[in-house]
Amino acid sequence: MHVFANPARFLKIARPLTPWLGWGGAALIGLALYAGLFLAPADYLQKESVRIMYVHVPAAWLGMGGWTGIAIASLMQLVWRHPLAGIAARSIAVPGALFTAICLVTGSLWGRPTWGTYWEWDGRMTSMLVLLFLYIAYIALADADRERGGEGRVTAIFGLVGAINIPVIHYSVLWWNTLHQGQSISFVRGTSTIDGSMLWPLLVGALGFSLLFGAIVLMRMRAALAEQKVEARLRRMAASPGTGQLA
Amino acid sequence: MNHWPFIIAAYALTILGTVGVTWWSYAGMRRSERDADALRRER
Repeated sequence: MHVFANPARFLKIARPLTPWLGWGGAALIGLALYAGLFLAPADYLQKESVRIMYVHVPAAWLGMGGWTGIAIASLMQLVWRHPLAGIAARSIAVPGALFTAICLVTGSLWGRPTWGTYWEWDGRMTSMLVLLFLYIAYIALADADRERGGEGRVTAIFGLVGAINIPVIHYSVLWWNTLHQGQSISFVRGTSTIDGSMLWPLLVGALGFSLLFGAIVLMRMRAALAEQKVEARLRRMAASPGTGQLA
Repeated sequence: MNHWPFIIAAYALTILGTVGVTWWSYAGMRRSERDADALRRER
């Protein structure tokens, strides 16, 4: 990981990787959504509404995975002071917040025909809403810190402390008696209670959304690095009149 | 209850949100990298 902390080395890898992740992710998402809508069977209990699973579940995984990424990058920023770690964490925040919001709204749309209600203040839904608020607070804090020219340490600490909500979301269906269904897939045990005909579009969609998420994060990191370069160059030009047009 | 309006709304929202954030990030990256290149050429 330390090898990629150098911005020049990172850009050398990120530039060719971005279109591959982006187009690869888009193709897999297209296949998964088509399969989710037209190929996968309806559920015997939930009927057609189960098709919302193919957008809701990947969005939930990305919302939680995004904050896990922020926490890891924040830890690297605080411990090893990697120059790219803070940029990576800030670049994850906006797409992470978006997919958390998509998870909440699609879950609400799934809840109405299945449970008879758009919203219930149960453990899973409330902890997911808390995650969205954490993302919004993180984005506001990071922007304020950047405008003041800070090093982003407070933002990194917030990113690390906020990770306490991730296990709460994950175990909420076990800790509390909720409307939300329990865990259907266990990556640790490698088991699933979902039939294969419904599982493959879900896994293809999760992979596709994850690749596209990676491309979005890389694009936002490249933008942040280019902005830093411009700011540094303008500062140098202002400091040495005669060498730049701003003098 | 007809489930399809809920399904279509969920898919439409996901596609719009995903395309929106992808385009926003791509446009931001292109603009920032173009500005950085232009400044480097000016020197």
